[in-house]
Amino acid sequence: MIVAEQKPLDEIKGLLGEAQTVLVVGCGTCVTVCFAGGDKEAGILASSLRMASRIDGTPKDVTHITVQRQCEVEYIDPLADSIRQADVVLSIGCGIGVQALAERYPDKVVLPGLNTSFLGLPSEQGVWEERCAACGSCILGVTGGICPIARCAKQLLNGPCGGSQGGVCEIGHETPCAWQLIYDRLNAQGRLHLIEELQPAKDWSTSRDGGPRRITREDLRLAAEAAE
Amino acid sequence: MTDLPAASTNGFKSGSRLEKVLRAGHFAVTGELGPPQNADPEIIRKKARLLLGACDAANITDNQTAIVRMSSIGAGILALQEGLEPVIQMTCRDRNRLAMQSDILGAYALGLRNLLCLTGDHQSFGNHPTAKNVHDLDSVQLIQMVAGLRDKHAFQCGDAIKGIEPRFFIGAAANPFGDPFEWRPIRLGKKVKAGADFVQTQLIYNVERFAQFMERVRKLGLHKQVYILAGVGPLKSPGMAKYMRDEVPGLDVPNHFVDRMTAAGEGIDKEDKKARNEAFRREGIKIAIELVQQMRQIEGVAGVHIMAIEWEEAVRPIVEGAGLFPRPEVTAARMAEPAAQG
Ligand code: SF4
Ligand code: SF4
Repeated sequence: MIVAEQKPLDEIKGLLGEAQTVLVVGCGTCVTVCFAGGDKEAGILASSLRMASRIDGTPKDVTHITVQRQCEVEYIDPLADSIRQADVVLSIGCGIGVQALAERYPDKVVLPGLNTSFLGLPSEQGVWEERCAACGSCILGVTGGICPIARCAKQLLNGPCGGSQGGVCEIGHETPCAWQLIYDRLNAQGRLHLIEELQPAKDWSTSRDGGPRRITREDLRLAAEAAE
Repeated sequence: MTDLPAASTNGFKSGSRLEKVLRAGHFAVTGELGPPQNADPEIIRKKARLLLGACDAANITDNQTAIVRMSSIGAGILALQEGLEPVIQMTCRDRNRLAMQSDILGAYALGLRNLLCLTGDHQSFGNHPTAKNVHDLDSVQLIQMVAGLRDKHAFQCGDAIKGIEPRFFIGAAANPFGDPFEWRPIRLGKKVKAGADFVQTQLIYNVERFAQFMERVRKLGLHKQVYILAGVGPLKSPGMAKYMRDEVPGLDVPNHFVDRMTAAGEGIDKEDKKARNEAFRREGIKIAIELVQQMRQIEGVAGVHIMAIEWEEAVRPIVEGAGLFPRPEVTAARMAEPAAQG
């Protein structure tokens, strides 16, 4: 899932500036699961902003609403009325949700209330960890199901750097070395030969480096046309 | 060591002094020169003069520990002008494959002949922790690219080089003490397969463990395919020894060296800092000499790489103390214009 965390309240206040009526829009998908931008967080944020604005002596009218999926037009279409009434929209969806709202309501100021952090999973209660960097050309098949692009601090493809020590990455005490994990798993599976092969220079053109990406599925387009 | 594959064209892969020393079967000595965090050429010249004659070639570090310094190639040219043969270090952290290849062409055109391919320390260690890191290639892929430029006359993309190709003596690094320990010889094997001609190891203090590593290396036959230079560095003080033991990832400093360094200062008035420092440094050099001698006994070790950053004066006494002075004469590499004048 997409993992995000809320921006500091002061930063959000700065973004809102003089706006009088603010609509906080939560999202019911990934950011709900990571407790950053669901309905509960939207409610708490709205009330914190109301309170803060009262303390500052410039009370704002802050309300909140949550949609099931902020990244799809069908789900944000019904927000038209509420959005019309607000000076600004504060999205606490991921960066995609913010942009979907801004695209759908181009006249509105849409602001981000979260920092979208990474694609990952909850590893234990209250801890989320990155797992994928969406490189567009998945190599998990040769790395024992552990991603060195997202999880090695140097995106190495041919084994651990010299800084790997005791299972920990050289960058710090809590980050496991991805290559130690890869080694351990392949060793246990008797498949170490996979990482003994030279992994050639990666084609990064499928990654962000190739420019904004887009997938077109002609089969689905044709099916949609046929249905019309 | 003479059973290493014969090189092409003129008989040498690069014609560097380091290559010739190793090919002739001498026990090689490389040093290390850290460029300054400014643009002062005198600093390089001074350090180069300290190392000249004490080693066959000296590594010029590339933004070592992710701190911005004079470029390795720029400083390397200055060293070459002083008569010291540089080993240019190149990390994958700061440049993508385009920048690396263009720098490699430039470095060769200026007369540089040895290139050490490295991953690079993470930028969070240095003075620009908010920087974006590159890692377009990893060190194994960098070696492959430099070997391709030389042996296939082709850029990384496959396009042929029309004209003079850069012919470097290709170095790699190995950390025998990095984890997973059992896999380190395999990783070294990957670097050899990628095209490394020589390998310099991380600083070694735990000789026993290094000997285990070398045993595995010999079993894989790697010592017959690549020249292995064991990393040795003089300890400066008990504090440095402790710091290296406890804080530096990938280093293994046994306690008895910490104890020896501490004992070296005993009996000297704590207030007499100068006398204590001198005693520590004498002991550090003594330990380094012993380490060099122990490395020489290990089958498959073709030389030592002496790292005495910011203490370049130490290299000469270590080399002398280990009986490796004077360094052998070999016909130096053909030098480019600036070097010929220097
Ligand atoms: S290899 Fe690429 S696609 Fe696969 S998990 Fe890693 S970043 Fe994601
Ligand atoms: S220590 Fe491991 S995870 Fe960290 S940069 Fe090195 S190889 Fe990658």
